[in-house]
Amino acid sequence: MNRPSTVRYQYPKALSEIPLPIAQAGVLIDINSGFRTSRPVFDHEKCVGCMSCYAVCPEGTIYRGESGLQVDYDFCKGCGICAKECRFKAISMVPEEGENE
Amino acid sequence: MAENKKMTLNNLPEEELFFGHKACPGCGGSLTLRLVMKVLGPNTFVVVPANCMSAVSFYYPAMNFGCNALASAFPCTAATMSGIEAAARAKKLEDYTVVGFAGDGGTADIGLQALSGAIDRNDRIIYICYDNEAYMNTGVQESGLTPFGAKTTTSPAGKVQHGKLTHKKNLFDIITAHGIPYAATASVGYPQDLINKVAKAKACQGTSFLHIMAPCPTGWSVPIDSTVSVAKEAVECGLWYLAEYENGEYKLNKDPKEFTPVGDYIRKQGRFKHLNEDEIREIERQRDATWVRIHEKW
Repeated sequence: MNRPSTVRYQYPKALSEIPLPIAQAGVLIDINSGFRTSRPVFDHEKCVGCMSCYAVCPEGTIYRGESGLQVDYDFCKGCGICAKECRFKAISMVPEEGENE
Repeated sequence: MAENKKMTLNNLPEEELFFGHKACPGCGGSLTLRLVMKVLGPNTFVVVPANCMSAVSFYYPAMNFGCNALASAFPCTAATMSGIEAAARAKKLEDYTVVGFAGDGGTADIGLQALSGAIDRNDRIIYICYDNEAYMNTGVQESGLTPFGAKTTTSPAGKVQHGKLTHKKNLFDIITAHGIPYAATASVGYPQDLINKVAKAKACQGTSFLHIMAPCPTGWSVPIDSTVSVAKEAVECGLWYLAEYENGEYKLNKDPKEFTPVGDYIRKQGRFKHLNEDEIREIERQRDATWVRIHEKW
């Protein structure tokens, strides 16, 4: 949904480039991937759009996409609360293989 | 405006105001903050004292709150909020909310005097205590809200001592004894109830206080996907209650006719693994005494 975008942090080369100690609201410098051992995958045929997964996601990574609910895999930590709380068993946790992209 | 319409899980604002934080997977505290910030909206001043949520969201130069947020010292969450509220009034700001997110230790032990003072002054602030039942940020130490028998690093489970020796402080009664305009208890297991209570607190013209149960998979030793289900079970077995206090009246939002066995809830958590049957009966006895008091007094 309406999530802040990531701005890659450039390490300062001069004193004048160091950001103010007051951080601007909603600034993200990197993504969270690397935490995850399994990822949630939606079965769009079973999903009825009740949004209960959206309400219990601690990260806020579930959003309404063009073809039903989608997960932002850059920030999903793979906790699996969504899969456990889904009454229609529309979310399955698929083990991650190899490196995150 | 959208505020007049009742917020449900389907029409929650899509803007994520607490996003990209580095909390553990399945964190109940970050789920609390995310849901509360969705209801309060971007015109909010946030105060976070020393707790997990300030450790995972204020890492320079990133900032995970989508609104003004400030990290305060541990004991003065409520005092900082009072100051922000006074400044906002002096600047004649309209349509703003001042909210503070303290943990259970930051509320019931360390921040209690500042909170008591703020309730006494009746400043228009929302104080939120997300209760994960120990000092989780520093590595699971016992707090005043840790339940009886729970194992922490300062109340270890050994041959002599079996976890915490005393019962959980009754924080809700301490707060309502002040005659606060609005106080409530909620749980991340019941998101709709939580959203309704935050919306009520936002509309309240005085101090409001929310005590939200937010399980911590790391400290409670439960699987990371059971944060929400274990919060639900706590309510179902009667060890946590969903209640409101408004205009001097208590209201119970969920009054279970029958409780599920405490043992089932206890046995799922690693922090209670060492408890024997006698100690579980002691927890049950305490729970029944609490509910007798609730039914008599409210």
